[in-house]
Amino acid sequence: MHYCPGCTHMTIHKILADTIDELGIKEEAIGVAPVGCAVLIYEYFDCDMVQAPHGRAPAVATGMKSANEDNMVFTYQGDGDLASIGTAEIIHSAVRGENLTTVFVNNAIYGMTGGQMAPTTLIEQITTTTTKGRNSKDHGYPYKISEQIANLDGASYVSRQSVHNKNAIENTKRAIKKAFVAQQNKEGFSLVEILSTCPTNWGLNPKQSIEWIEKNMLPIFQTGDLKTTD
Amino acid sequence: MRRILIKGNEAIGEAAIQAGCEAYFGYPITPQNELTEYMSEKLPQYGGRFIQAESEVGAINMLLGAAASGARAMTSSSGPGISLKQEGISYMTGMELPALIVNVVRGGPGLGGIAPAQSDYFQATRGGGHGDYRVITLAPANIQEIIDLTSECFWLAELYRNPVMLYADAVLGQMMEPVNVKSDNLFSKYRTRDKLPKVWAASGQKNRSYVNKLTSLYLEPEELEKHNLKLNKKYDVIKKKEKRFEIINPGAKYFLVAYGIVSRICKLVVKNARERGLNIGLIRPISLWPFPDIAFENVMDNARSFLCVEMSMGQMIEDVKLAVDGRAQVFFYGRSGGVLPKPNDIMSVIEDKMLKGEMIET
Ligand SMILES: Cc1ncc(C[n+]2csc(CCOP(=O)(O)OP(=O)(O)O)c2C)c(N)n1
Ligand code: SF4
Repeated sequence: MHYCPGCTHMTIHKILADTIDELGIKEEAIGVAPVGCAVLIYEYFDCDMVQAPHGRAPAVATGMKSANEDNMVFTYQGDGDLASIGTAEIIHSAVRGENLTTVFVNNAIYGMTGGQMAPTTLIEQITTTTTKGRNSKDHGYPYKISEQIANLDGASYVSRQSVHNKNAIENTKRAIKKAFVAQQNKEGFSLVEILSTCPTNWGLNPKQSIEWIEKNMLPIFQTGDLKTTD
Repeated sequence: MRRILIKGNEAIGEAAIQAGCEAYFGYPITPQNELTEYMSEKLPQYGGRFIQAESEVGAINMLLGAAASGARAMTSSSGPGISLKQEGISYMTGMELPALIVNVVRGGPGLGGIAPAQSDYFQATRGGGHGDYRVITLAPANIQEIIDLTSECFWLAELYRNPVMLYADAVLGQMMEPVNVKSDNLFSKYRTRDKLPKVWAASGQKNRSYVNKLTSLYLEPEELEKHNLKLNKKYDVIKKKEKRFEIINPGAKYFLVAYGIVSRICKLVVKNARERGLNIGLIRPISLWPFPDIAFENVMDNARSFLCVEMSMGQMIEDVKLAVDGRAQVFFYGRSGGVLPKPNDIMSVIEDKMLKGEMIET
């Protein structure tokens, strides 16, 4: 794989692929790749895949659903892709209640372009465009977009999870499964946000990165279901 | 055969539906709103999906997705909206996705105005977005032709796996004209061209033994070059086979060159001139890309000069000069901002520049 050592994009790929297998939906599944470190996700998945422009994956997925509503369509997007350049597309896919599933990987930074501030960057977090740490006066606040999406009537299932330990990984898997089942039942838009590492741009080793999620991300981005239908 | 009266924008919608359009994605912008409205009403009745997108960026990417999954689909917009779609169009050419994009051109730059213009010619014929690519661009001049070309656009898109643009203007979009239709099934003959099999589509693996992956990303320079060479080969075939044009009075010495609504004004000039004993010819490009340069070869033996008339500050004239290649004089007359050129004004330019043989080139 092309990911850096200790990058949990890999873990999330595995969870997602396993879930597709377990649900037996490989033949109906079509994935939409983002622009970001996960742009090459189509290389790793053995189902039909389409690569979208930066931030536009939910719109592309909407079009794919228009072609055939029985396909199981998912997008895989980073925080820059989903919560910055692609804010309009993700919000309005949820507003329309598009029957899609989004896997949203939040690593609080722009990975691929070399560690700039993302909308999800934490206060005081150092990035290449906030070299003295993000401060709310100059840079605004970390964007909790999943909470916002959970408030939309078109969203059926919204959950925030993490992959920093075995338990968290199991919860993530359950959440992704639930999201796909919501799509199968045509309940509307489903999204699972997953807290993820970027050791390279955080300037930490893999172990420290896991600890950084626990210590810094979890208090701000609290995990758990934000919206369910059951 | 029966004649009905229909508005240009609605004719595009009806022709698209009759051509088997399965999905439409749009965002309101004048002067093409009647098309969006028509599709919202009619397309679902035929089992297609209509989505009013949150923006033109959303719309073009929905089109990308629908085309990637194998649907016959379209979007429409005007000036500012077409600019927003350019990123998506570039991706679609890179991924070789067929779809129809309609531009009912208004005046620019910027917000410009809502009156008719032809000032998006460069954008339409030079690619428009980033990267080395082309979009087949067809320019109708009347509503009958809108109907014929709309179905042709879908066909060409699928034949070459490339987006195709129907390039009209606000006059054509807004005006009503009688058109010929077959009995009561409006434009049914255009249905006859079935969809080509889309073995490449990301439509879900289902019974295929292989999976389809669509991307425009080639990180290895040699790979990307190979891809671009392949696209270029396709563009060469299109240039060979799809040049479309009309010539009036091929034996004339003086020619007007104009497309779309301006070509109709020029036809009036040709008629008026004939009444005065003057033989003026007209070359009307129908395909703007590929540009019908061969039309000029047909008349070059006698041609002394060409007058390119556009509703722009001079865009198609560059292609005209390339086609003429220094073998005759090329003059220009353009109006912009939504102002239509008047037959008398064009006639004055013919008299002042072409007939007096002035050597002032524009
Ligand atoms: C229109 C456009 N703008 C900018 C870029 C450059 N770009 C590539 S990836 C990226 C950000 C990726 O960050 P994120 O979505 O958080 O994903 P990550 O790499 O962290 O997984 C940017 C800005 C681009 N490819 N296209
Ligand atoms: S740059 Fe960060 S997000 Fe990208 S692969 Fe490396 S560790 Fe993962």
